[in-house]
Amino acid sequence: MKKLSYREAIREAMIEEMARDEQVVIIGEDVGCYGGCFKVTTGLLERFGTHQVIETPVSEEGLVGVAVGAAMLGMRPVVEIMYGDFSTLAADPLINHAAKTHFMTAGQFSVPLVYRTPMGSGTGAAAQHTQSLEALFTNIPGLKVVYPATPIDAKGLLKSAIRDPDPVIFLEHKVYGTESVIPEGEFTIPLGLADIKRQGKDVSIITYGKTVFTVLKAAAILEDTEVSVEIIDLRSLRPLDTPTILESVRKTGRAVVVHEAPQFGGFAGEVVAQIVGDEETFRALKAPVARVCGKEMPTPFNKDLERQLPPSPQAIIEAVLALFPSAV
Amino acid sequence: MSIAFNREQGLKSLTLMIRSRLFEKKIEALFSSHEMHGTTHLAIGQEAVHAGVSPALDPEDWILTTHRCHGHTLAKGASVEAMLSEFFGLSQGLSKGLGGSMHLVDLEHHNGGTSAVVGSGVAIATGMALQLKRTGSHNLVVAFFGDGASSRGIIHEAMNMASIWNLPVLFLCEHNLYGMSSCATNMVSVESIASRGASYSIESRTVDGNDVEVVYAAVQEAAQYIREESRPYLLETRTYRLSGHSKNDIRNYRTREEEAAWSQRDPLKILKERMIARGHLSEDDYNLLEKHEQKSLDKIAESLAKQKRYLSFEEASSYVYATGGSR
Repeated sequence: MKKLSYREAIREAMIEEMARDEQVVIIGEDVGCYGGCFKVTTGLLERFGTHQVIETPVSEEGLVGVAVGAAMLGMRPVVEIMYGDFSTLAADPLINHAAKTHFMTAGQFSVPLVYRTPMGSGTGAAAQHTQSLEALFTNIPGLKVVYPATPIDAKGLLKSAIRDPDPVIFLEHKVYGTESVIPEGEFTIPLGLADIKRQGKDVSIITYGKTVFTVLKAAAILEDTEVSVEIIDLRSLRPLDTPTILESVRKTGRAVVVHEAPQFGGFAGEVVAQIVGDEETFRALKAPVARVCGKEMPTPFNKDLERQLPPSPQAIIEAVLALFPSAV
Repeated sequence: MSIAFNREQGLKSLTLMIRSRLFEKKIEALFSSHEMHGTTHLAIGQEAVHAGVSPALDPEDWILTTHRCHGHTLAKGASVEAMLSEFFGLSQGLSKGLGGSMHLVDLEHHNGGTSAVVGSGVAIATGMALQLKRTGSHNLVVAFFGDGASSRGIIHEAMNMASIWNLPVLFLCEHNLYGMSSCATNMVSVESIASRGASYSIESRTVDGNDVEVVYAAVQEAAQYIREESRPYLLETRTYRLSGHSKNDIRNYRTREEEAAWSQRDPLKILKERMIARGHLSEDDYNLLEKHEQKSLDKIAESLAKQKRYLSFEEASSYVYATGGSR
């Protein structure tokens, strides 16, 4: 076992996969000697050279389109887009092309591409560099979407994503210094499996990405009020591990879905629909299903205002306690 | 710069152009009679471009084309039967009825398919060229796009990348004067799209796209340049879309006189008259050739029209992901 940061875990996954298969190629802006906007690709150019690290001009649409074409002929590109917000620029090659190619060609071509990009607020970078745009991608058949929270999941899921024959949107949070203990040597984590971060019996909190840590904090506090919280880290949004969600909610009878993206039209709505759409789970509910999400506002620059945007431990605690009317 | 086809080359080229023309007319008729559904984009009048491009390439060179892809697909080697089957939505079609008229694709003949988001395919083709170069292939990719798509930003991004990375791409602008209803004279800032090559340090030229011998020679020359110099190339072919943009186009944005003038420069007419003048063809030969092609096309269409072999919804679902299933 060893300790790695989120950043190092992602980098280690890339290094291992690049060493295993020379068709694994990093493509992005400033991913060479600069090491990428968030220093995730540091050292890769020096180690693997320009054959496997391709620095591009400021052309998000173009470089993702190029990666799609290269993937059709056997490359396994790992594209880095420096801010998730720029996914709007890459939407055409991802949504109209990568997601459709295998289908429209009836399997003649596949697009084994990984699209890495960080999402979320907390960096003081204001409204165009802090959004959580995962819902742009989760409604697209043909794409897979993962959003690991911890270093171990980031490494294992990225290795699986790189080996996957389909286009995978690999979303990262920006707390790249988050550390955890990681097993030595080779391991992968399959796409589509949630992780129960904490066992509990009174309420299931379902989340993913950075808010996993917010929920962990809330759960620790709730323990003092004798509410036992089960935490499900989805890790993978599409495919979604619905059985794990349903099993947990049937057990606890209460569910809260948490994410940083705005609530209206957000991915939490899909999770709620999965819960209430299943008859057995619906019957097991002891309270309405709650959501605690980002506010309906572009990210403000002011530090104090920005801090109020994502779900806080306090907001999660309040939402949980509201499911136990007698306790309030 | 042109070449003169010998009799055999001329007949091959003429046959391909006749086949393409008749194919488009057949499609037009089948859509009009509602025997086919959806929409379609014909390239009548542009036959010299597709008959001049792919036959001038190495068979293992790739093409990546557009929504107006029938002629390109035929010229790259797909059979009329596989193409028509796709139009009918049949399970033996080029993409089993999942793509249709705008998404013909043919891996077997190194046809990477299309993007019907005009211009987007140019970046895909550039990426294919990147991978060919990385893997040491001597092959190139032809990226077809029109004068309409030339206004997309993605073309700028792709040409810039192809130039800085020295990629084996032949940017093939099929300038047919119209992007849907919009005339290039109103929409494109330059008289010659090839002149934009200079912005990317990409060699370029403009040629007569209605003369198949000219296109063929220009593509051979461009392909040789790309392979020898390891540089991209931009070739603009000037042609005219005699057909409307898609079905139901009343062509109220141009005059019948303009169409009649371009009909005088019909690429089939140009090659036919030249071959007759060279003593390579008689009127009778031409009529016989046309009759033979029509008969064979009609026979295939008639047999396919009766078929109902479709993918089941479950089979279609299995293509959403390479790992199978739809989620």
